[in-house]
Amino acid sequence: MTTTTIAPEQVEIEAPAETWKGQNVPRKEDKRLVQGLGVFVDDIKRHGMGFIHFVRSPYAHAHITSLDVSKAEAAPGVYGTLTGEEVASLTDPFFQISSVPGGNIKDFALAVGKVRYVGEAIVAVVAETRELARDASELVEIEYEPIAPITDARHALADDAATIHEDAGGNLMWEGTYEWGDLDAAFGEADKIVKIDELHFHRFNSTPLETNGALVEYNRGTGQWTIHTNNQFPGFAAIMMGPAMRTGLDKLRFVTQDIGGGFGNKITSHPQLVACCLLARKLGRPVQWTEWRTDFHSSMSHGNERWFQDTEVAVRNDGTLLGFRTKALDDAGAWLRYEPLGGVIWAQVTPGMYRWRHIRLEFTQVATNKAPVSPNRGYSRMQHLWFTERVIDIVAQELGLDPVEVRKRNYIRTEDMPYETPNGCVYDSGDYAKMLDIGLDLIGWDKRKERRADAAARGKLLGVGIGSTLDSGTNNFGQSRMINPELQFSGNNEVATVKLDIFGEIVVTLGTTPQGQGHETTAAQVVADILQCSVDDVHVRAGHDSYWNSHAGFSGTYASQFAVTGLSAVKGATDMLAAEIKKLASAVFGGVPEEALELAEGSVRIKDNPDAALPFMACGAIINANNAGLPEDLGVTLNCRYVYRPPFEVPDIEKKFGNLTLTYAAQVHVAMIEIDPETGYYDIVDYAAVDDCGKRINPQIVEGQVMGATAQALGGVMHEQFVYDEDGNLLTPNFYDYHVPHALDMPPLKTGFVESPSPFTALGTKGMGEGGGAGIHAVCAAVQDALRAHGGAIVVDSANPYHTVWEMLEHPEHTKQTISVVDA
Amino acid sequence: MDASAPAISTSRTITVTINGTTYEREVEARKLLIHFIRDDIDLTGSHIGCDTGNCGACSVILDGTLVKSCMLLAVQADGSSIETVEGLADGDELSKLQQAFSARHALQCGYCTPGMLMSATALLRSNPAPSENEIKKGLQGNICRCTGYWNIFEAVKEASGQ
Repeated sequence: MTTTTIAPEQVEIEAPAETWKGQNVPRKEDKRLVQGLGVFVDDIKRHGMGFIHFVRSPYAHAHITSLDVSKAEAAPGVYGTLTGEEVASLTDPFFQISSVPGGNIKDFALAVGKVRYVGEAIVAVVAETRELARDASELVEIEYEPIAPITDARHALADDAATIHEDAGGNLMWEGTYEWGDLDAAFGEADKIVKIDELHFHRFNSTPLETNGALVEYNRGTGQWTIHTNNQFPGFAAIMMGPAMRTGLDKLRFVTQDIGGGFGNKITSHPQLVACCLLARKLGRPVQWTEWRTDFHSSMSHGNERWFQDTEVAVRNDGTLLGFRTKALDDAGAWLRYEPLGGVIWAQVTPGMYRWRHIRLEFTQVATNKAPVSPNRGYSRMQHLWFTERVIDIVAQELGLDPVEVRKRNYIRTEDMPYETPNGCVYDSGDYAKMLDIGLDLIGWDKRKERRADAAARGKLLGVGIGSTLDSGTNNFGQSRMINPELQFSGNNEVATVKLDIFGEIVVTLGTTPQGQGHETTAAQVVADILQCSVDDVHVRAGHDSYWNSHAGFSGTYASQFAVTGLSAVKGATDMLAAEIKKLASAVFGGVPEEALELAEGSVRIKDNPDAALPFMACGAIINANNAGLPEDLGVTLNCRYVYRPPFEVPDIEKKFGNLTLTYAAQVHVAMIEIDPETGYYDIVDYAAVDDCGKRINPQIVEGQVMGATAQALGGVMHEQFVYDEDGNLLTPNFYDYHVPHALDMPPLKTGFVESPSPFTALGTKGMGEGGGAGIHAVCAAVQDALRAHGGAIVVDSANPYHTVWEMLEHPEHTKQTISVVDA
Repeated sequence: MDASAPAISTSRTITVTINGTTYEREVEARKLLIHFIRDDIDLTGSHIGCDTGNCGACSVILDGTLVKSCMLLAVQADGSSIETVEGLADGDELSKLQQAFSARHALQCGYCTPGMLMSATALLRSNPAPSENEIKKGLQGNICRCTGYWNIFEAVKEASGQ
């Protein structure tokens, strides 16, 4: 099954480790989760709560000509309804991130006057049970006047295309041109120019097994909502919801314990949460919403679909890459719920892993009559990294070069680190060539000729492909100003508190909202090392409650940052607590200098006289309950809060230049596949995933993230697609039609690692977990490699189900003719 | 739909034993077994992930047979004995499978885990020493979106003493 280059054995918790960091400490979360004792949002119940069912649009694009909820409201067990018209009178449109024209659109919690995609929520019905709410929703009478839908972004800007957002005056949402270096010089210096007509990155997402949901209570006395929800970025939801609902953020209390997977897909549930809040107030009772699986598929957080058109690559005959120019066309779907941030997020990894310095990318984002896109694991960088990896393999094939050699020739070298990219990002550390060597070794690169011959003897085509990617983490939100100079965001932050309680309990709160990343465990490892106690003695509060957990504007769990932002906050707060414990002990010991004290075995003691020790329990008791006579100016509370703020500057908006993320974890994946040339069916017969995220706090958790990202990438490239027909109907609205990997789909996996500590973070860590879609790139490359001597089709789409491979085998000319090479 | 026709629901009293405790409840005839377990009995360990019988998060063992409780009506379970994830541990002592899931990091968010554990429990009862392929087949009805399954296979193998 799995072979691994890390030792997965867990440490014995009874025997305190020299250092807890770097150990496979068993997860604190597990004990409740393996017993079914987690608390997920749908588990929460309140007396008299009503169940919400959303009435959704059957049309992709239509005017709503009439709407009548009276029969639904009269149905048995129905508590009430909410319509788009009511929402428009009770709230303001959501704040738009985009500059104009996208910034002009008016987005409400429910459709107002018009529907723009199949599955868009129009009315919410609340009833005594789920079933009655669903029954009553059938009684809502809506009449529509259909409009021609736009389901292909390439047609969105055509003269005869229907306008989706009249407020924006057309379907263009955002556009921007990025150019760095000297394109003319690069193309002048090149031996060859490789031209690629069109590459397409398809639409899918991570489909967390738990759908979105909320239980919302309204307190009439205080005017405050308590929102139990699995939103993974409540800070963002609050910023969206507060102004729209005309209320202060303190009136929006977000509470979360366990979240059943997020992967970015649970960031943009703010429209539904607003509907829940309005209903809780209107009906005077708690309301509960659990999204149906079909509703998730048809309306929530699709990954960005993107085309790369008219690409030209400047390259020397030896494969040295000088630069590229391309036009990225991005399909935002019907609403800008987090977009157009995808229009700049990709620039965190502008050159991919390569040393080319001359790059031009014209980014255009349009609206279509499909579900809104929002962050999805690898958000926007995955699309761009797929593009750079496709370029490498296409260039190699067109120039008759070995993709391994082209990569090694162009990889940013370890001696170049820290490396400033053409757009001012700073890659902190790494050794990409070494990672590739490990990956090739793991799949037996030396034996590839024998493996190819063996496959051929069985009538199969063997291919090997590489996906080398970056997982940029800890955003500088100043990059949003490249999208809209009016925005007043920059930098990043995260908060933790650590306190020593009355009986010596060490209690940690986080600003984060984890969805399986093991924050309770890794935070405890960091705390235990500083306080020199066991991880068992560290209690990290499960989940997040914005009333009790200190949090900051960017708090949340998203975009590969916990190991930097979250753990740096934990470290900062714990360092403060350690200093306070020593300060207290110094006073208690009658002025022993703090330098003469140490923390050990759950106590503070005099280094030269370890018998003189004050247990943490005594420290907690003295400060909290027995503090008479302590020096007036002691300044010790044993309750420490630290806000971590990464070192960022506001980027240069004119030049689109600056450091956009703090750390750059790296992945090199190598896939070996065998294709049946009769059918296009293929199996992954060997697979290696090599990861470098700097210092690993808990290697087993890191490896788990690598595995999960790999599985999602393999599902994405082989099976998963949100497919729309020409009328805008989603053809894959459930797990029958949208095939995610099952146990029997999983190939053999080998994992490896390199540890290149980040010089920019206190613990040497780098954010990780998204994985950059390396598996998508590796499988695309492997398919192309397998076909190289069998027609020579080029992989131009990120979706490669078996029938697509069969098409490439049958008609290699279809893709080959989209590529050309000219002398420069 | 005829707007004047109210939603008709009939209900029935059923008796079900879950993890050794017998419950008698009046339920709507159309209520799914998973909703009965989660909402009426308040055993929220079994989850719902797909509404269509694909994901297995709601898997329970009914009279010794592994079933997806979203594919049955509660009334169909009348008179039966059901095991859910809440019944796997012996007091504070986790079952071998539960321990192995933690030791091998076979869970991340934990949402699929209850169903996965019930499928694995049923597998090991019928086949105490499954091969790799038999483990995969035994778990093919359960979707996990976090782990890629590899560590789950390892955990089942470990729990089987292999």
